[in-house]
Amino acid sequence: MDAREQQFLEYVQSGGQVETSDWMPDDYRAKLIKFIEMHGNSELMGVLPEREWILRAPTLQRKLALTAKVQDEVGHSQLIYRVVEDLGKPRDACLEDLISGKSKFHNVFHYPTKTWGDVGVIAWLVDAAAIISQKALLKCSYAPYARIMKKICWEESFHILHGRDVILTMMNGTDEQRELVQEALNRWWGPLMQFHGNPIPAEDDPMYIWRIKSQGNGEARQQFLDGYVPQIWELGLTVPDPKLRKNEDEVWEFTEPDWDELKHVVTGHGPRTQERLDLRRTTRDETEWVRRTVLAQAA
Amino acid sequence: MIYEVFRQERKGQPFAHAGSVEAPNDEYAEWYAREQFGRRGESVALWFVPREAVHEIDEFVDELERNYHRVDGYPLKEKLKEARERAGTQTTK
Repeated sequence: MDAREQQFLEYVQSGGQVETSDWMPDDYRAKLIKFIEMHGNSELMGVLPEREWILRAPTLQRKLALTAKVQDEVGHSQLIYRVVEDLGKPRDACLEDLISGKSKFHNVFHYPTKTWGDVGVIAWLVDAAAIISQKALLKCSYAPYARIMKKICWEESFHILHGRDVILTMMNGTDEQRELVQEALNRWWGPLMQFHGNPIPAEDDPMYIWRIKSQGNGEARQQFLDGYVPQIWELGLTVPDPKLRKNEDEVWEFTEPDWDELKHVVTGHGPRTQERLDLRRTTRDETEWVRRTVLAQAA
Repeated sequence: MIYEVFRQERKGQPFAHAGSVEAPNDEYAEWYAREQFGRRGESVALWFVPREAVHEIDEFVDELERNYHRVDGYPLKEKLKEARERAGTQTTK
């Protein structure tokens, strides 16, 4: 690392923020693109499991709310891809790398949604886990990303509201409805515990070293457990981990998440990975003429 | 084309940068800006301008050391102390 890079590193580590037009080390730019692009991919792929339920939502109100959430998430991916574009990678290239399987998206979006209970658990707990990561990005050393995260966090908090409402309604319903929630929680707990990534110490995490992230993975997971396990318990739901407890030092103990599963899933081998990428590929091909026509007319 | 979007949260407040949208022309830019930054009632007005139209100044050289433009050009504390001493109104505090 040369003197200029060292100076830059010290600048971001002391809380300094960087704008698009500022000089930055190549390694920093590459890490930013990789991280932010994966976030954009996840927003875009994240709507697919929920999209499957728009036609099956139990009421008109729920259908509208779910459609609005899907629109929000696609909007997030547009905003995030804009940030990536300004760093030098065009949106088209991001979409190409996504559908060809070259780039990644978050583990939780590789799984099926079996019942309406899954939709509730996703909007409540997956979005809760996501908002913990995203809130930590409000302090990102790359300022344009940090700024856009403010709007995204604000909208995500709406989704948690929607998710909690879905869950509470079901928990106040029939035994069958309550069972659907418990089953969904059982299915999602593993992926939720893997969500924040392997417990690499923050100091060894390149994303933390450059202050792209402002906290370590383990810290984020503790925050998630702190915020949401009590909320799960108070509804009479059971967390499917017999080892889960808060110890005398106020630290959550739990069964080690399945890191092999995480790796397997995010490298393109999740139960729904290929099906969802296929859908993206097909719709991209099928809507090509729309983009061509619109752009020709607008020119 | 990239458009920069600015939004006003409430009447009377300054417009602040909200983000950017990519659109083939002004008409599309208007719709994208509406959808991205106005659909939840979070703005009362939006400005959208082609990025090329925004010029940035980020260097402020003060070669003449014009400290009369700055707070540090007015060392009132010491002067007030002296004035109070001369007037005999200096408190012990």
